[in-house]
Amino acid sequence: MSVLDIRDLTVEFPARKSVFVAVDDVSLSIEAGKILGVVGESGAGKSTVGNAVIGLLQEPGHIAGGEILLHGQRIDQLPYKQQRLLRGRRIGMIFQDPLTSLDPLQTIESQLVETIRTHLSLSARQARKRAVELIDAVGIPNPEERIGQYPHQFSGGMRQRVVIALALCAEPELVIADEPTTALDVSIQAQILELMKKLCSERNVAMMVITHDMGVIADITDHVAVMYQGKLVEYGETTKVLGAPEHPYTQSLISAVPRPDIKVDRFPVVNYIEAAGTPQRQIDISTHWLGKARDFSEISGPLVRIRDLDMRFEVRGSIFPSRRKYFQAVKSVSFDIEQGETFGLVGESGSGKSTIARMVTGLYQPTSGSILFGETDLTSLKNRRDVLAMRRQMQMIFQDPYSSLNARMRVSEIIAEPIRFHKLASGNAEVRRIVDDLLDHVGLGTAAGQKYPHEFSGGQRQRISIARALATRPRFLICDEPTSALDVSIQAQILNLLKDLQEELQLTMLFISHDLAVVRQMCNRIGVMRHGELCEVSGCDQLFEAPQHAYTRELLTLMPSMELLSRANLEGA
Amino acid sequence: MIGFATRRFAQAMIVMLVVALLSFTMFRFVGDPINQMVGIETSLEEREALRERLGLNDPIPIQFYNFLSKAVRFDFGTSYQFRQPVSDLFAKRIPATLELSFTSALFALVVGVPMGIFAGLNRESPISKLFLSVSLIGISLPTFFIGILLIFLFSVTLQWLPSFGRGETVQIGSWWTTGFLTVSGLKALILPSITLGLYQMTLIMRLIRAEMLEVIRTDYIKFARARGLPDRLVNFRHALKNTMVPVVTITGLQLGAIIAFATITETVFQWPGMGLLFLQAVQNVDIPIMSAYLLLTAFMFVAINFIVDILYFLIDPRLRVGRP
Repeated sequence: MSVLDIRDLTVEFPARKSVFVAVDDVSLSIEAGKILGVVGESGAGKSTVGNAVIGLLQEPGHIAGGEILLHGQRIDQLPYKQQRLLRGRRIGMIFQDPLTSLDPLQTIESQLVETIRTHLSLSARQARKRAVELIDAVGIPNPEERIGQYPHQFSGGMRQRVVIALALCAEPELVIADEPTTALDVSIQAQILELMKKLCSERNVAMMVITHDMGVIADITDHVAVMYQGKLVEYGETTKVLGAPEHPYTQSLISAVPRPDIKVDRFPVVNYIEAAGTPQRQIDISTHWLGKARDFSEISGPLVRIRDLDMRFEVRGSIFPSRRKYFQAVKSVSFDIEQGETFGLVGESGSGKSTIARMVTGLYQPTSGSILFGETDLTSLKNRRDVLAMRRQMQMIFQDPYSSLNARMRVSEIIAEPIRFHKLASGNAEVRRIVDDLLDHVGLGTAAGQKYPHEFSGGQRQRISIARALATRPRFLICDEPTSALDVSIQAQILNLLKDLQEELQLTMLFISHDLAVVRQMCNRIGVMRHGELCEVSGCDQLFEAPQHAYTRELLTLMPSMELLSRANLEGA
Repeated sequence: MIGFATRRFAQAMIVMLVVALLSFTMFRFVGDPINQMVGIETSLEEREALRERLGLNDPIPIQFYNFLSKAVRFDFGTSYQFRQPVSDLFAKRIPATLELSFTSALFALVVGVPMGIFAGLNRESPISKLFLSVSLIGISLPTFFIGILLIFLFSVTLQWLPSFGRGETVQIGSWWTTGFLTVSGLKALILPSITLGLYQMTLIMRLIRAEMLEVIRTDYIKFARARGLPDRLVNFRHALKNTMVPVVTITGLQLGAIIAFATITETVFQWPGMGLLFLQAVQNVDIPIMSAYLLLTAFMFVAINFIVDILYFLIDPRLRVGRP
């Protein structure tokens, strides 16, 4: 008998004038000791399924139809108090962001003990003993000592272990994990997934893993349910669904996943999900403002040469130099970026890759070392006019499309600002024409100019960012995790756009990402960073097929395996 | 922790020095102190002798030093109007002001905190909406008007409570007088402390409500619910404690404000406290009292801020315990 049975579940959110159906007639079940993956893109309703099961639907959402059974017993209609007793006791939950899931003012011990004592009748001492055992079981070293600490004293991965321990406090039969590894680095992700898999089979727990990440699905799940706009489009054994997807949505979703094992020239365009934009009026770059009059000085050799770059931040200030403490974010890094190539920088969070981007653009002043752009050393520029001239040639695209656009400016103004600032056009009429062309070219359409950023989705906003970056007619583009906040299908579109633009405009790119698969698709050469040091620089294929540095090899083995995923769609692309 | 406390203490000292300088400047340079002290018929020689005796001919830094060394011994000179040492006058008045301030602060906390918690947790309830509308009155009506309104209602019309003064007081120790121990003293406290505390109460209530709404949305509260913890634990142990840092800040500052700005309430209720003394001093250009009042209120603000800073450490482990 299955642990969890969801039958024809429908969840509705009444809005002012209409009713939004977040989950539409979904039926699922999980056996003990098995892992079910629920996959879909943002807004597919996958988290809502999890919240409905645990009885924590956000107001005014409610279950409008269907039933939820736990071990054959109906739980969706229980009164509030009994439903609360179910939570934690029989159903555990793991949240996405370990940094915010724990109460910052309470020790780990008090949070564990209060949860244990809520559900099991144990004395304070027994509860503490159990808490220590749990902390040990989730793989935190020194449990006796660490249990008395506060959440901020743990790293992100360790905190997620604590969250898992909390979810397992009272031996629940079912655990719902909502994006359990999305906020973590690959190496930590691999460890956490390993741990979840182990606990699941050891304790015979049924687990529902909600994620947008196909890699996670392929890695740990036994069954998978694919959701699209609240509906279940495909459901079955993971090997079958990923290896031979039947539904066109699943097919396109899988084909959009960047793969570390195969290199493709372009990502297959997935029109099933979000239209790539209004029909584009392509402009002829060779005659257009954007392409011509690129009055750059001729450069022979690499465009950017970085030599012995160092950056340290003061962690503790003091008037005595000997008492100051520093954090070395970047340690003597040197590399070249050839003209017209895409140079990738990969590494985990805190490895210093974004710090390098900021030094190149001049947002940070390096502690020592030089950044040569052509023949000019960017670190020695004093004159404001020279600095501006350099900045015009390089532009940056940021990670978060939500906070990198000024919410109070119209899109056309956002894009026109750099043109006006650098006086690149002769009059208002010309500026307007250029802005319209840019909007068309990045696939948004001229009408988008009159709107404000909040009217666009994440992917569309990233297109606006790209248009803004192109507006100074740069020759060098720095992309700092440009797609990590986006769904895979949107990511595929944005990456395609970047590739096209690079080809048309002969752009040189510095592409920063934590995602090896994306880097493989985008870059000609790749540098691997760790703790502020550059471990290895090599050509893309060489890095993936014959990695030199031990850390690179480690990173590659940690990546979720994509072997299961169907190759069918890729071959045609 | 000790380093932090020392730093804050040093900053507090700097603030006090600056205030003392202001206070000294006022004392020394607003009008001629001799003219304020003596009558018209005093001869020039006598004036000069007095000037010499009071040290007004000394270089300015020495005068400031003397002023400071006297101030730390609570010697602020002699009041022009009462011909009594300023410190004696304040000693008589301070208990009245402190008792009034603490009662109204207590009122603001005891009523404001539960109302804020309730309104934060039951956002849609009609009672919360009632609290909010009523609190708008507390914020928008000026203090003196509320005071007069209360006097009109409870003293004039209903004749339940006295309209002015402290009632009977009891002497404790050498200089503290308290109204807490007599019925008339307690009755006399009610109206002025409500008047003084109403604004703070609404402020605290709205602040706690806003903070609660914020905290309730966080992941750790959702996670606490998902672990099946009873509402009592979720709301009080997890949510309330996390709203405390801003609440402690504002409450501390407001306590300072209550003490410093009791002036209006004390005037309306003819409450024999420091504020009333100060107001009379302003009317009579009694500079020693004014400068002493300035120093005293500044001292209370600084002391309360210092305590608030230390409280942060007790509340928030992120400040107390470093990262590994």
